[in-house]
Amino acid sequence: MTEMAIGGPLEGEKRAASGIHTSEAAKLRLKSRYSAERRFKLYGIAAIVFALAALATLLFTILGNGVTAFQQTFVRIPISFEAEAIDTSGKRDIDELRRGDYAALIRSSLSKQFPDVTDRLGQRQLFGMFSAGAPDQLRDMVLAEPGVIGQTRDVWLYASSDVDMLNKGFIDRKTPEQSRRLSDRQISWVDTLASSKAIEKRFNARFFTGGDSREPELVGVWGAVVGSFFTLMVCLSLSLPLGIMAAIYLEEFAPKNRFTEIIEVNINNLAAVPSIVYGLLGLAVFIGFFGFPRSAPMVGGLVLALMSLPVMIIASRASIRAVPPSIREAALGLGASKVQTVLHHVLPLAMPGILTGTIIAMAHALGETAPLLMIGMVAFLVDIPSGPLQAATVLPVQVFMWADSAERGFVEKTSAGIMVLLVFLLAMNALAIFLRKKFERRW
Amino acid sequence: MNGNGNGAHGVGVNFPLKMTNRKVNVFYGEKHALKGVDLDVRANHVTALIGPSGCGKSTFLRCLNRMNDTIASCRVTGEIVLDGQDIYAKEIDVVQIRARVGMVFQKPNPFPKSIYENVAYGPRIHGLARGKPELDEIVSHSLKQAGLWNEVNDRLDEQGTGLSGGQQQRLCIARAIAVQPEVILMDEPCSALDPIATAKIEELIDELRKHYTIVIVTHSMQQAARVSQRTAFFHLGNLVEEGDTQTIFTNPKDERTQGYITGRFG
Ligand SMILES: Nc1ncnc2c1ncn2[C@@H]1O[C@H](COP(=O)(O)OP(=O)(O)OP(=O)(O)O)[C@@H](O)[C@H]1O
Ligand SMILES: [Mg+2]
Repeated sequence: MTEMAIGGPLEGEKRAASGIHTSEAAKLRLKSRYSAERRFKLYGIAAIVFALAALATLLFTILGNGVTAFQQTFVRIPISFEAEAIDTSGKRDIDELRRGDYAALIRSSLSKQFPDVTDRLGQRQLFGMFSAGAPDQLRDMVLAEPGVIGQTRDVWLYASSDVDMLNKGFIDRKTPEQSRRLSDRQISWVDTLASSKAIEKRFNARFFTGGDSREPELVGVWGAVVGSFFTLMVCLSLSLPLGIMAAIYLEEFAPKNRFTEIIEVNINNLAAVPSIVYGLLGLAVFIGFFGFPRSAPMVGGLVLALMSLPVMIIASRASIRAVPPSIREAALGLGASKVQTVLHHVLPLAMPGILTGTIIAMAHALGETAPLLMIGMVAFLVDIPSGPLQAATVLPVQVFMWADSAERGFVEKTSAGIMVLLVFLLAMNALAIFLRKKFERRW
Repeated sequence: MNGNGNGAHGVGVNFPLKMTNRKVNVFYGEKHALKGVDLDVRANHVTALIGPSGCGKSTFLRCLNRMNDTIASCRVTGEIVLDGQDIYAKEIDVVQIRARVGMVFQKPNPFPKSIYENVAYGPRIHGLARGKPELDEIVSHSLKQAGLWNEVNDRLDEQGTGLSGGQQQRLCIARAIAVQPEVILMDEPCSALDPIATAKIEELIDELRKHYTIVIVTHSMQQAARVSQRTAFFHLGNLVEEGDTQTIFTNPKDERTQGYITGRFG
C-alpha cells in the first residue's frame, strides 16, 4: 500500500508547483470547457423546444380541426304531425307508426314555408338541406309521445352535413356554383332561415352517444368506445394474470439454465414483434382454427393480450426484481415457504410497479389498430355492441375509417375521434402516474 | 486486550450440544469458501464467530439454517446436525429447520408493515396462535423479551420501517423470537448501530441465552469477549481455533488467532 506514495513526483506534479492551474493557458482551457458546457446545454434545450413545438402543432391542428365536431347545425321548422302520413288507420299501432312516412311531414312543412319553390329540383334541394336522419328524429318523437299526432310543433331537425359545413364556415361562398356542394338557392334559403333565427349550432350529444353512420352529421363514437372497452377487458383479464404468473415464475422460481435463458431472450424478442404479425396470428388461430366470430372484441382482446403479454412480463419482472432481497431473506429466515414469501411480501411490494406497467400496456393496446384490421374489426357498424362476442370496432379503427371517408364532414369527426382517444389515453397515463406516486416506497 | 467470558464453564464439564457440524465444506461454484469445518454449538451458550473479512463466517452461519439454499451456485457438503438430525438430509423440511433455527441479519430488515404485523407474521404462518388474544400475547411477549416493548407499545400499528436503526434491529430480534426457535443466528447484528443501541442488544443477547442457543458473528473483539462463552476463529475458510472465549482471548494456541485478536493482521 505504502509503496505507491514512494518515488519522485510526476511531471504534472512538478508543474503544479509552478502554477499549472493558475497560468494563462489554464484559464483558456477552463474557458473552452465552460463554453463546451454551454453549447451542450443549448443543444439539449433546442431538442426539447423542437419536440414541444411538434407536439403543440399536432395538438393545435387536432383541436382546431376537431372542436367544431362537438357542435351540430340544427334547423327549426314547424311540423304538423298529420295522421294521414303516419297513422292512416288511426289506431296508434306501434308498428304502423314505425313505418310512417315522416319525410312527407318535412316536405309538406317545407312547401308551406317556401311556397314559391315549385320545381322538382328545387324541392329536392330544399329537402336535401336536412339530414337523412331527420325523419327518424320525427319518428322517435312520435313513438315517445303519440299524443303529438294531429298537433303542430316547432322542431329542431338535423341539418345535412353540407349545411352544417356552410354554417361552420367550411364552404366558401365564392367558389363557382357547379364546384360547390350547395347550390346558390340552397345558400339563400339557409340565409333566410338564419335571418329568422331558425338555424343554430347546438351541442352535438349524438357524437358521444351514437354509433357509426354513413352520414357525417349522424356519427358517434360511443359504439367504438364500447367496443374498445370490451376488447380491453378481454385483453386485461387474460394478460394481467398470465403476465404476473410468468414474471413470478421466471424471477423467483425458474432455475437459471439454458432453457430459461432461451425463454427470456424470446420474451424480449416477442416484445419487439410488429403488431400486425399478431393480427395475422389471431386471424389464423382464433378465427381460422378455433372459429371465433370475426370482428368480435373477444378475438381482438385475445390478439391484444398476446401482444401486450411480453411487455407486461418484462414490466412485472422489473418491479419484482426491484423488491430488495433482504425482504425475501427476512421471510425465508422466519420459515416462510417460497410461495408464502412471494405472495405475502414480494408481490404486494411489486404490485404498484406491476399495475403501472399494466396500465401503460393497456394504453398501448387501446391505441392499437393494425392487428385489429386483420381480424375484421374494421366493419361498418351502426349498433352499439352489447357483448364481447358481437361485432364491434374500436376507437383507433373508427378514427381510421372516418379519416378514410371522402366527405368534408368527416374531417372534423376524425379529429374529434382522435381527441376522445387522447382523452382516454391521458386519463390512463394519469392513473399510472398517480399509482406510482401514491405507492412509491422508501426502504 | 483481555476478554472475560461471563458464565461458568469449567474444564471437563460436559455440556449438552445443540448442533454438531462435521467436515462442512461450502462451494460457491468453483470457489471453495469453507474447508472442512468441525464446530460444536453448545446449548444455552453464546458462540461467537470471529475472523477477518471474507473468511467464511457468514457462509458458515447461513449453513446452520440452510439459508444458503437460496443461492443457486452454493453447494454444501458434510454433516450439520441439529439435535441428532442432519438438517441437510433428504427428508428434512427446510421450512421446519428455519422455524427451529431463526436468523437476525446484519442490516435490520423489517417488513414494510406495521410493528405488530412484523412480529405476528412468523407465528401466523406457523400456526402458533389460536385466535387473536393468543397472538397478541406472543407479540407483546416477544417485544418485551427483545426489550422494545416500552418504546413501541403505544404505536404497534405504525410502520416497522419508521423505527430507528437500533429499534429496527430489536424488532427483527423480536420477530425471530416470536417463532419460538431453539437456536438464533445473528450475523453482525450491531454493525449498523451506535454504542448505546449496541449495549442494549448485547444485554439482550445475554438475557436470551437462558432460553435460546445463540451463534453470533462479530467483528468486534470486545463484543465477542463481552457476550460469548465460546469463540471460534475462522481464517481463509478454515476453522483455526475454537474454545472458551476466555481461553481464546487470553491464551490462544494458534499464532494466527493471536495475531488477529491483538490486531496485528486483518
Ligand atoms: N453468494 C456468493 N457467491 C459467491 N461467492 C460468495 C458468495 N457469498 C460469499 N462468497 C465468498 O465466500 C467467501 C466467504 O464469504 P462470507 O460472506 O462468508 O465472509 P464473511 O466472513 O462473512 O466476511 P465479512 O466479515 O466481510 O462479512 C468470500 O470469499 C466471498 O467472496
Ligand atoms: Mg459476513
